[in-house]
Parts: sequence; C-alpha cells; structure tokens
Amino acid sequence: MNQASLHYLPGAGFRARSKQVLDDPALRQSFRGAMDFLMQKRAAQFPDPAVLAALRRQGEAIRQYSLARLPDLLEQLEAKLQQNGVTVHWAETPAEAQDIIAGIITRAQADMVIKGKSMVSEEIELNHALEARGIAALESDMGEYIVQLAGERPSHIIMPAIHKTKAEIARLFAEKLPGVDYTESVDALIQIGRRVLREKFRDARIGLSGVNFAVAETGTLCLVENEGNGRMCTTVPEVHIAVTGIEKVVEKLEHVPPLLTLLTRSATGQAVTTYFNWISGPRRPGELDGPKEMHLVLVDNGRPQAYARPDFRATLQCIRCGACMNHCPVYTRIGGLAYGTTYPGPIGKIISPHLLGLGGTGELVTASSLCGACGEVCPVQIPIPQLLIDLRARSQAGGPDPYSPPLAGEGEGRKPLVALSFKLWRILYRSPLLYRLFAFLATRLRRLTPARQGAWTASRTPLVPARRSLHERVRQRAAQAAANN
Amino acid sequence: MSHSQGHARPAAPTGNAATRPARQEEAHGARPHTVYVFGTCLIDLFDPEAGLSAIEILEREGLRVVFPDAQSCCGQPAYTSGYPAEALAVAERQVQLFSADWPIVVPSGSCAGMMKHHWPRLFGPDHPLAAQVAAVAARVYEFTEFLVRVLDVRLQDRGPPTRVVLHTSCSARREMGVHLTSAALLGQLTQVEVLHQERETECCGFGGTFALRHPELSAAMAKDKAEALASTGAAQLVSADCGCLANLNGTLARAGSALQGQHIATFLKSRLEPPT
Repeated sequence: MNQASLHYLPGAGFRARSKQVLDDPALRQSFRGAMDFLMQKRAAQFPDPAVLAALRRQGEAIRQYSLARLPDLLEQLEAKLQQNGVTVHWAETPAEAQDIIAGIITRAQADMVIKGKSMVSEEIELNHALEARGIAALESDMGEYIVQLAGERPSHIIMPAIHKTKAEIARLFAEKLPGVDYTESVDALIQIGRRVLREKFRDARIGLSGVNFAVAETGTLCLVENEGNGRMCTTVPEVHIAVTGIEKVVEKLEHVPPLLTLLTRSATGQAVTTYFNWISGPRRPGELDGPKEMHLVLVDNGRPQAYARPDFRATLQCIRCGACMNHCPVYTRIGGLAYGTTYPGPIGKIISPHLLGLGGTGELVTASSLCGACGEVCPVQIPIPQLLIDLRARSQAGGPDPYSPPLAGEGEGRKPLVALSFKLWRILYRSPLLYRLFAFLATRLRRLTPARQGAWTASRTPLVPARRSLHERVRQRAAQAAANN
Repeated sequence: MSHSQGHARPAAPTGNAATRPARQEEAHGARPHTVYVFGTCLIDLFDPEAGLSAIEILEREGLRVVFPDAQSCCGQPAYTSGYPAEALAVAERQVQLFSADWPIVVPSGSCAGMMKHHWPRLFGPDHPLAAQVAAVAARVYEFTEFLVRVLDVRLQDRGPPTRVVLHTSCSARREMGVHLTSAALLGQLTQVEVLHQERETECCGFGGTFALRHPELSAAMAKDKAEALASTGAAQLVSADCGCLANLNGTLARAGSALQGQHIATFLKSRLEPPT
C-alpha cells in the first residue's frame, strides 16, 4: 500500500463518511435518480429472463474457464503480444507498476501522458506517482477529466463523476479553465472539455489506456468506450501504454462477444458502445497511424491471493460493469467516495480485501444487508453475498480457515465483545435446558426489557419479548389436547 | 418439488383439506401426512403467534404437525456475522431433531434459506452429519412455498374487506425464489386487496447484525421502505419474515405511522376464521 495514497481511506472512517452522505438529501436524491436510470436502462436490455439467464451462465463459464487456465493464458498472451511487437511488463505491486510506466515515459523523454479511462491506473495511484516524478497525467474521459479538475476521485467505476451535479461542473469549468464562462448547458460543457482535450491530444507523445479483455490466442487488447478518447489515446501518441490486472485475459476471440454484450448492457444499458477497439500491436510498416511503440503492463496487486483460494477466486471473474453498484441499496444511498477504496460498492467490498488487506477493509465487508441484489444482476454470476459472508469469517477469524495461505489481515477485524457475545449465544442456543430457562426469564421479565437497545432503538421502537415463547405455547397446547382427550 | 401449474382445478374452493383429498392426491402424488415445523428464534421470543398460526393452518389442512421441543436457532446470526464455528455448533444440535422423512416447514424465508442452502456448505462434505444435513436441506420449505407448491391450498376468505401491502424478504425472493407464493396466497383472499408499493424488490435494511453494525445505513433503508409501504394507504402490512417485520414495525412505530405489520401466517389465520 502506497503510504501517500490519495485513494485509500481507512475503513474505520467508513461509518462517518457514509453518514455525511446520508445527511445530504440533495446528494442522495441525485444518486438515487442516477441509479434508477441505470437500472431501467439495463432492465430494458434484458427483456427475456431466460435469455439473460443463459447469457449469464455463458459469461460465468467463459470467465471460470479463463481463470482455470490463467497462468498458461498469460504466457500465451505475452508470447503473442511480443510477436505482434508489443513489450510486456509484469508488476507485482503498485510501486512496481508506477516505476515501469514512469520508466517508459522517461525513456521517451516525455513529460506528459494523456489517459483513457483505466481503473487499474487509479488502483495503482498512477497520476499521483507520475506527478511526483514531474510527469503530468491528463485524464481524457469526460467523467475522469471532471473528477481530476476537481481534485477528487472517481465515485463509480463506469461513471466517475456521477456524484457531481451539472451546476457543480459548470462552476468547476468556469473556475479552472481559462476563458470559460459559467454555463449549465450540457452540450456546451462537453464541447468545452472536448476543445481542451483535443489540443492536448495534438501534443501528447504518450497515451495510456486500460484493457477490458486481453485475448491470448491473438495477442489482442480490447477496449470498450463511448467517447472516442480511448481510440485517440491509443492511436495518436507515439507510445501507447496499456495497463491491466492479470485477470482480464481470455483464451479466444470468440470468448469476447458474449462478455462484451453482457458488459455494455449491464453497465450502461447499451446494446453496444459507440467505440470498441481491438488493438493488436503498434503501427506496422506502411500503416498511416497508430503508435510507434506499444507496451502492456500486467498488474498483480493482490490478485494472486484471491486466485490461490478456491473460496475467493470467483472475485476475479468480474468484468467491471458496475451493475452491482447500480443495484446496491447501500451504494445508492452513499455513493462511491464513502467507501474510501478505488473500487466502491459490492465489487469493491469483495476485491479490496485482496488489494489492501482485511485489516483496513473489514468494516466494508460488514456494510451489507446481504440482500443479494448484486449477485442477482452480476453478468458473470459472482456469488457476491456468499463471498461477503466468507470474508466476514476471515476478518473475524470466527472459524477455522478452510484454505491456506491465510488472507492478509485475517482476524484483524475481530471485536472481542462481539466474539464473546457469540460464544455466549452458542452456549445458550446449544443447550435446550439453558435456552428454556432463558426464554422463561425473557418472557416473564418482559416488562424489564430496556427501552434503549443500543443502535436498534436509534431509529426503532424497542423489541419486547412476547408473554410466552412459541415453545411454551406449543407445550401448553399439547397439554390441553391431552387433557381434552 | 411438486407444482400445481397446468393442473385442472375444481371451480369451487372449499377451504377444508378433509373434504378434497382426491384432488390433492391426483395433483401431487403422496401428500405428506406429517410435517415438522421449525419455529425460528425470532418467532419463538418475539412473535409466537406467527408460529402458532402456521401450525394451525397446517393442521387445518389435515396434517399432523411435529414441533421438536429442543429446537432453537438455525445459526444464521453467527454465520452472517463471520462466526461460522459458533453457527455450526448451534446448527449441529438442530439437524438430529428432524430425522424423520417429513417436510420441514419454516415460517421465515431467511431461516429456510440458511437451512436449505447454507447448512450443506457450513457443515462441509467431511462432517459426520453431512449426509443427514443434505437430507434435511432437501426437505426444507418456506411456509408460503409449502402451502402453495406442496399443499396447493384453497383459502376461503371469511374476513371483512381490507387493503394490505406485502413485503417479501430478500432471502425469500433471491435465495428461496418464493416471493410469488406469498402473493399467490393473498390473491386467494376474495376480500383482500393487495396494493402496489414503490421499489418493491428493495431491501428493508434489516440484514441481521447489519442493523447494529451499520445503524445509520440500516435506518436509512428502513425509513425509505417504511415510507413506501405507508404511502400505499394499506390498512395492514403483511410479510413472511420476522426479521423484516421487527425492523419495519419498529421503524413505522417510531415514525408514528399507523401502519403495522403482521406475519402472513397470523394474517391468513385471521382470514380463515369466521368473523366474531
């Protein structure tokens, strides 16, 4: 973990951060509206539940197959990319990835990089690290550009600036961009951003992008986008650097279309995005455009931990559509920034413990009612609620770890008082005799039930036991029936 | 699991199982004569009326109901809080109480889901009780699921006209897939109008220890749900899950709403009795 991290905020502050948003009705309303819109758009793309179920099964199967063969596929991908003239780099940690990317930029004697949208670049704190080395990193995705201008972080993996209102963006542009007047016209705002960025594209010698799918058999990097900035970043500058997590690889070209259709429909409710780029190497002799030099940086950053554990490998099936966030009753109410991690929402809760350790993320894995909405919409059927339950067990160390090696930070979320109360609960609920005594006392002394029951009564009336337990009433009934016979 | 779809139904519902055994046998083969009831820990202490009503409705259908006295809790509170060892210790004591080959009817979607889907995983394949757990899990039914899909009940509504709103728990909906069976039962009641609520599929914010661990989030979800339910103008809230009901009733009462919830078993039983 980078000490000077911009993105990561300790999990201990999660409650306070989410409360801030909960207490802001305007912000909550705006999240709610945006998520409603995205949910409707997705639903309209999947009118037939049987077709959706079949597609999800197919998506899951492709991702599971790819992960099962991951080490082989990564080697095949590297070999193919090298044949295609692409330099492949391996980075175990964010720091290594930063060094590799900064090294490529420095060797090209450039001092500016223009970026397409890449959550892995956020994850490795790339902009921050480059700036520390005197290299400017400019975001060219409109949402990322807004977030960068504001000095903030993306609050959603697909829509980074979803937490900002039109008026806030208008103020931001008028404040930060020379010669720009305040306007709330969305078209005008987009044209302003476009004009600024177009100039930068002319000058930039380095372009950086993420990767949605990497195809091993052909050495092809797939990039999904709507704004055309991704194509600009990967074709105009002399050097293209792609950065991705190791889990994004699939074996065959034919594996891409099912994942692509699941991705765009689940993410933005689009049958297909405006741009879909297949990138298979730098400019070849005789070609008129494309970068002269191309690199792929493959990042581990904790993924091998999830990969090594049969109980957590499904985490890596994710294709980063964000549907779990859009459908999450918690995300909908607090937005992405409160999580304090690069990836917010349900996927953030299950992947961040591998990236950052359970110590600082234990609070996040408890922040779910386990309603299952995320698992229900996940296009590759990641059992997110089950993974949350298992992460809670590892965070609390509330049972023997079925697999090894242990997760980083295992047991660090254990709260002695909670652990003790479950020990007592276990004794009580295992012994019919003790439980009978407990139920007798709880029902007979119901008038002594405290009116304040901690967090429960902060927003609810107290829970008061009934006059007689069900056990007792069933016994009474049986006795009565026996007497009547 | 047996289904009633596509089966010819007699025109006149009768409401009494004893008067129509032939149709049942035709529809479902061997109709069980005995069932277990697992009462759940929340119902035991906080809403025994729900458990008793479920038992009485099953008996009205002509079934013998067995309620093992040594039962306590399915282990879900510990399991979802990250204490699987404690959950297992308590669940082990339940499994042996349900060894006869009778259906186990559970008046709660989340407890049924725990027993049906999580117990096999919690015990694991190497546990001495693994085979018994698999057999038990296969016999678990959520209460409304059992009434509709196994018994194919016909309810005769004897209550006065009323308007209700139904809250289906997330476990019933997404884990057990039985969100339609509560609605189907209410749909049989001729004098009961079921009202539509906004965001019906959204969680009420209970989530077991989530409500205590993240009280502000839980309260925000409960408040939104309570408002959606209250604004339907229903006279009565009905749900098949006691956790959701405890959360919603507490939230509604605290907000001063006149609306209160009742377990669907209690509500159904009140409709089947002649008005007093």
